[in-house]
Amino acid sequence: MKLFMPTIAGLLFAGGAAFSNGVAADEAAPQRIVSAGGDLTEIVYALGAQDRLVGVDSTSVYPAEATGKAQIGYVRRISPEGILSLEPDLVLGAYDMGPPAALDQLRAAGVAVALAPDQETVDGVPAKIRFVGQAIGLPKQADALAAEVRSAMVAEIEKAQAWTGERPKVLFVLTMGESGLTVGGTGSSAESIIEMAGGINAAKSIEGYKPMTREAVLAAQPDVVLMMQRGADQHGGTDKVLERPEFALTPAGKNKRAIIMDGMLLLGFGPRTPQAIAELGEALRKNGQ
Amino acid sequence: MASSTMSSRVSAPTAPGANRGWSRILGGRTAMLFLLLMLALILAALAELIFGAVNLSLGEIYRALMGEGDALSSAIVTEIRAPRLFLGMAVGLGLAMSGCSLQGVLRNPLADPGLIGVTGGAAVGAVATIVLGDAIITDLPMAVRPFLLPVAAFTGAAFVTTVVFGVSRRAGTTSIATLILAGVAINAIAGAFIGAMVYISDDRQLRDLTFWTMGSLGASNWTLVLISAGIVLAAVAGIARMGRALDLFQLGERAAYHAGLDVEATKRNVAILSAIAVGAATAAAGPIGFIGLVAPHMARLIVGPEHRLVLPASALIGTTLLLFSDLLVRTAVPPAEPPIGLATSLIGGPFFLWLLLARMRTRGGGVNGGGFNA
Repeated sequence: MKLFMPTIAGLLFAGGAAFSNGVAADEAAPQRIVSAGGDLTEIVYALGAQDRLVGVDSTSVYPAEATGKAQIGYVRRISPEGILSLEPDLVLGAYDMGPPAALDQLRAAGVAVALAPDQETVDGVPAKIRFVGQAIGLPKQADALAAEVRSAMVAEIEKAQAWTGERPKVLFVLTMGESGLTVGGTGSSAESIIEMAGGINAAKSIEGYKPMTREAVLAAQPDVVLMMQRGADQHGGTDKVLERPEFALTPAGKNKRAIIMDGMLLLGFGPRTPQAIAELGEALRKNGQ
Repeated sequence: MASSTMSSRVSAPTAPGANRGWSRILGGRTAMLFLLLMLALILAALAELIFGAVNLSLGEIYRALMGEGDALSSAIVTEIRAPRLFLGMAVGLGLAMSGCSLQGVLRNPLADPGLIGVTGGAAVGAVATIVLGDAIITDLPMAVRPFLLPVAAFTGAAFVTTVVFGVSRRAGTTSIATLILAGVAINAIAGAFIGAMVYISDDRQLRDLTFWTMGSLGASNWTLVLISAGIVLAAVAGIARMGRALDLFQLGERAAYHAGLDVEATKRNVAILSAIAVGAATAAAGPIGFIGLVAPHMARLIVGPEHRLVLPASALIGTTLLLFSDLLVRTAVPPAEPPIGLATSLIGGPFFLWLLLARMRTRGGGVNGGGFNA
């Protein structure tokens, strides 16, 4: 991540200068936008600018209509010429969009490239929304949406924190293989959302998204297993997952406590984050009875 | 390895020391075949410049090349397509020529640069940079950063090749059998190291290194392209002069020695030059499979077993294959672009299978026939 920070800072300065011109006169706002980031695509839709969206990356799966746009592939391996073929005047990218050489090639072709800030906090999500609004020439609408999302997030977090029951230990399982699991550890986006929703991350001993052995899962004794919809489906549904040996002997397995959520909703940190906190918090509180 | 017997069957009609001139070798049919191969390469090169996700007219491409195009077409032609073309040619050339010379000197139809650990070493360097490089890259000046991975990959390739050859060299001679086995062992160690890196990598690094192992000509910037192309060309120029030596090698090491060939020097030179060529190619474009293995086989099918012909034919075929593979991935599902390793394996895999089956049919089982006597 450190690798990209100076680049991003430079881009934000360059981008900011370019956008201030675009925002002043509305007809100068970008008309053909490529979005390389599921959260950014959601924000563009939430701001009502989807008609100007001409291409999206492989993480842009919400709303469902977004998948009908031209597909530019994986955000870290974009093809500059592929994007240029969509004739964009703005490329909105997640902070880790790359490779760097491809971004340079896009800029050389005269396309504005704006990389979003990467923050998974109460202030980070509104900042991302305002960033997109600035970039696409809808700063007022973005300010309004950002304020709305922020207050909704704050309200949901307060609701979660006000709960007096015992905080459940939540294990976020990203993928499951025969030899072990990949879980969301300290500093992961999964941990952020779990804590916002009033849970405790059961995988604190691990940093980021990393494999966790079956024994470590048993030792962590999670109260709840949190999974993405696709992951649960792949392994035959929640019951089958909870019957796996690493879960069967934990409180989560004994009490059949698994929460399945849509991945992009849960970890997108976009306009739907208040909804994600509400859904997860509700499920945690219900499970805790 | 029956390397010491004179009785080794050789399908090359050339007698040791025979000194037929180019004019005779390049008879009518062979000259025609080379003309066709060159034509195919020129077509592939033009296609690489002309076709792509963005539709550009020939006029626009011409103006862009002359420096008179608009910003968009200039950027596409001179910053995206042209560096890809050069890098693609360099990589195809390096992989095909080193594959050809390695197959010749090891007398093994399965030899490719991966076998003696070059690719594994490059992968270790690259993967270590992807996973561990974040810690040191902030201390480096901006201008140097894009070169950290290629340099690490090249160093890894050079180091591993040195180890493999060091292990298999005893009392002044290099044992081919030990060389191949040492390559297998080194590859296993490299695999373990990469596995360890995969284990400690985070989600993003994991994806980066997965994509790196599938190869791409996409991240080409001119400086990197020119440096790696220069290194490949220098190494390939050395390999190109070894046609006669490689032909003699097909008789077995002892026969080659008695025919006046410095067997040890040949082995050493092929190894060093291949490692340099493949190291530079892999450093710039990632490990691209099957070109090094398949291009020499296709060349032998087309021009026969003489290395003086097989080497240039492999070079032409390898570059052409690689450019067409790149064209395929660039135009298959625009605006996205799958890794080039998919295309080369998709073309190379079925071809290799067909080659094996055809050999088994014509020779009644076993794949040790052909120009090889392993």
